[in-house]
Amino acid sequence: MADPTSTPVVPGPREPRLASTTLDPALLAAPPARESGVQRSVRWVREHTLALYSALALVYMFLPVAVVVLFSFNDPAGRQNTRWNEFSLDAWTNICKDPTICRSVGVSVSIALVATIVGTILGTMISFALVRHRFRGRASTNLLIFLPMATPEVVLGSSLLALFLNMYWGNWQMPLGFWTILIAHIMFVISFVVVTVKARLAGLDPRLEQAAMDLYADEKATFRYVTLPLVAPGIMGAALLAFSLSFDDFIITNFNSGSTVTFPMYIWGAAQRGIPPQVNVIASIMFFGALAIVLLAQVLGARRRRVVARGTGSVASGAAGTAPVAAEELARRPS
Amino acid sequence: MQIPASSPAIDVAGVPTPAAPAPGLTRGRAVPYWLLLPGMLWLTVFFVVPLVSLFATSLQSPVSDNPDDGYYFNWDFSNYSEALSRYGEQYVRSFVFAGLATLLALAIAYPLAYFIAFKAGRWKALLLVLVVAPFFASFLIRTYAWRTILADEGFVVDLLNALNLLPQDRVLNTPLAVVTGITYNFLPFMILPLYASLDKIDPRLAEAGADLYAKPLTTFRKVIWPLSMPGVVAGTLLTFIPAAGDYINARLLGSTNDRMIGSVIDSQFIIVRDYPIASALSFLLMATILILVTIYVRRAGTEDLL
Amino acid sequence: MASQSVKQVEDLHLVRLTKRYGEHAAVDDLSLTIPAGSFFALLGPSGCGKTTTLRMVAGLEVPTAGMIRIGEQDITALRPYKRPVNTVFQSYALFPHMDIFENVAFGLRRRGEKNIEARVNEMLELVELTPMARRKPAQMSGGQQQRVAVARALINRPDVLLLDEPLGALDLKLRRQMQIELKRIQTEVGITFVHVTHDQEEAMTMADTVAVMNAGRIEQLGAPQELYDTPRTAFAANFLGQSNLFPGQVVARDAQSVQIRAFGQQVLLPATKLSTDSDRVIVGVRPEKLHLHRAGGAVPEGRNTLTGVVTDASFVGVSTQYLVATPWGQELIAFEQNMGSAERPGVGETVTVSWEPAHSFGLDGSDDLNAGIDDDLLEVGHYTAADVEAGLVPAPATVPGG
Repeated sequence: MADPTSTPVVPGPREPRLASTTLDPALLAAPPARESGVQRSVRWVREHTLALYSALALVYMFLPVAVVVLFSFNDPAGRQNTRWNEFSLDAWTNICKDPTICRSVGVSVSIALVATIVGTILGTMISFALVRHRFRGRASTNLLIFLPMATPEVVLGSSLLALFLNMYWGNWQMPLGFWTILIAHIMFVISFVVVTVKARLAGLDPRLEQAAMDLYADEKATFRYVTLPLVAPGIMGAALLAFSLSFDDFIITNFNSGSTVTFPMYIWGAAQRGIPPQVNVIASIMFFGALAIVLLAQVLGARRRRVVARGTGSVASGAAGTAPVAAEELARRPS
Repeated sequence: MQIPASSPAIDVAGVPTPAAPAPGLTRGRAVPYWLLLPGMLWLTVFFVVPLVSLFATSLQSPVSDNPDDGYYFNWDFSNYSEALSRYGEQYVRSFVFAGLATLLALAIAYPLAYFIAFKAGRWKALLLVLVVAPFFASFLIRTYAWRTILADEGFVVDLLNALNLLPQDRVLNTPLAVVTGITYNFLPFMILPLYASLDKIDPRLAEAGADLYAKPLTTFRKVIWPLSMPGVVAGTLLTFIPAAGDYINARLLGSTNDRMIGSVIDSQFIIVRDYPIASALSFLLMATILILVTIYVRRAGTEDLL
Repeated sequence: MASQSVKQVEDLHLVRLTKRYGEHAAVDDLSLTIPAGSFFALLGPSGCGKTTTLRMVAGLEVPTAGMIRIGEQDITALRPYKRPVNTVFQSYALFPHMDIFENVAFGLRRRGEKNIEARVNEMLELVELTPMARRKPAQMSGGQQQRVAVARALINRPDVLLLDEPLGALDLKLRRQMQIELKRIQTEVGITFVHVTHDQEEAMTMADTVAVMNAGRIEQLGAPQELYDTPRTAFAANFLGQSNLFPGQVVARDAQSVQIRAFGQQVLLPATKLSTDSDRVIVGVRPEKLHLHRAGGAVPEGRNTLTGVVTDASFVGVSTQYLVATPWGQELIAFEQNMGSAERPGVGETVTVSWEPAHSFGLDGSDDLNAGIDDDLLEVGHYTAADVEAGLVPAPATVPGG
């Protein structure tokens, strides 16, 4: 430890430091025998700058969430729920006070469920093709997967609208609504499913499948008893991601919704005249629900990883790497 | 026709079979195409075709002054110049706001990602969850919550005013609020790729740097930063692209003078129904982003990211 | 093992087996018969094609040409799950999501067999893992995982059990233990074991027959002792143990022995141990067969002799390893047991090196003298007998590792 400030302090009699007006030059050269409170806190801050900075960044990230949760307990004075008035459990006990809220949540959930199921199946199939097979057109397939993620949502939404507007036959015009929203959502979740499942699949030791075939499992049995159970966590993660992307999407939906109102559409409409605290309640439920699922998965995953670390891991390959890759892909789009 | 019971399955003269990733599993040549077909068809019909349709729409002209009469296709490239001259301001503002937010997000995210990767120890997993967690609460409501935080009588504004940092005495409905909101909304997308690439760096490299007489800052500049470049590139792209197209933050947190191009596209499409102009703007936005991204990735020398 | 009657198995035949990746032939026209019930080792450096051969037998790799038969049954085109062959994979490939019992039961379940519980328990007993039945693979040590992998394959009573570097992931001590274990299991079940390894000691310890593979072909095949005592190529001589090889010219031969002239010295070797008809030969002798005599020391009658200067002597406990520079520039390696109290020769001393004629072997003179030695360990590169005779061999600057 070369840092003089970290030299152990030798206990001794308190020096009348403030009393002396002239400083002994020898004292200046020597490391200080004792730190003042200020010095100590300066040193502490310097040693923990990074941690403090990180803590502040987390505060920045959680501040709005805290506000959302807090204001779900507010009894707003007027229509706008932006100023604290009075604690109330009203919103929590009477979520469906305005039935349009709950109806919009229902619409969002059904769209998200169908989009998740279809998107996860289609995306998983593509991942298997990409990881498990060699074929012509691989590069263009990868490009077609990547592009929707690199396209701003306004462009995705508006281009789909341009398509739907051009879909007419005589007097029939493609009606905007539930089905057009669903089509759009399936389209944009596929890419996210592909990258998430692909990461998991790529981390899967091909020898496990070979071992299954060596042990009399044909292609179907190998898939059912070995491949699928091992890729399942990746598929589950992808489905969770797809659901939350679909449920929370506003921009793409806004272009293609017609008169159908999803939950984000409801919020957008309500923002002008004041968002009721029930919306905060639903957002809080979503937040804590998802947090619980993720934490649970982490705990289970951590236990598995610890066990793996102990053994000489034929399993270890991949498992650890999947999370950040998936997270990175997850990171590509907000809503 | 008689087929011999045990026909020789081996191509003796043969074309060598390429090394498949999982030999024994790749029997049918058609299998991958069947797996790809439904998903790729979906993406083609509802992503590629719409883009073509968007481009086609951007070249249409109105039949009459009434948008209800519709538009017809006539290679009307003037829509582009028209769109730019009318909405150039919002167009440029989008990229400025997105660029600022990206830089801010990098400044906030890098130390945090560094901390999680190298200093968090057993709290690593939990911190990662915390980073992702906020974005499970509805995007719109979180953005809306910033209205409360940045409200004119709120503690943030009071604090900043006390420090004499605010020229306009307020944050809400100013560009500052918009950039704050955009930075906030896309922060996880900066942190996660940064973390992913920092986490791959062997911490002993920093020790080796120190052992070879590099000061901590030099070690960071010469060792850690270059190695984290893939994360920096990925993170800035993941932040910049959606930020440039975003208009929620501008609409909820900014004034009418802070509108971004997404907002214009939205209203031109849905309210004004000037489809050609809206399509031209949308197509321009995508083209500009693709060009910027290509230049950026080339310069960063990490083409394999795409 | 009362109920585990010895299985009636048939020979495994590889006929002109070839596997090409583009231009490169990983396995090149390989023909081989592995007798039923034998413990057969495929030994060779990495990239010699031994694992590819094994994977073709398992059905995980499709041969470019050739045929694989078990008895009279052609299995070349069969899918892996249709073959009476099971594999112990490198690093085991145990199913991480199943416990040990289910891993072992996997093959039986896929074949819809009866009495699974009893058979799995019996197999777990054989590999001494009964108490671990409900553990997951990740909760077990490397040695235990290895035994599970063996049990999982063996329970199916295959005609042939393939082992792909099965002990590679274990530490030295455990490896020795598992070698003995595997040998015991093989004797008990009587199934043909084909074992791929790059570890020559492992191959010699376990196998009845060892095939030395090099560049997609088999260099030599035989019982371990035969291979060691009478290598037929320079590659086999160098890859299996160490050898001193130097060039010579046949001057006389009869039914019993061959007389060779090497750098002015007469060297005798048994006619059975000469592997070539050519007169240009390489004479080989193992380092531990050499004995050093100090100047003035008596050399017993009838031994082959060479003279040289000691350039290095390193004491390694049980023996001392010497490097002796010959007048023509090659260095010989000699291991002397540390017995008796006689003064050992020192560096710089001129010594006579002697050995029994029966311990020499003769190889074809066109072989690369350093074939089979890891390039990283080679100080002077590859050279042939002709190079040595032309004086083209530089003396190594430092001592190669023992």
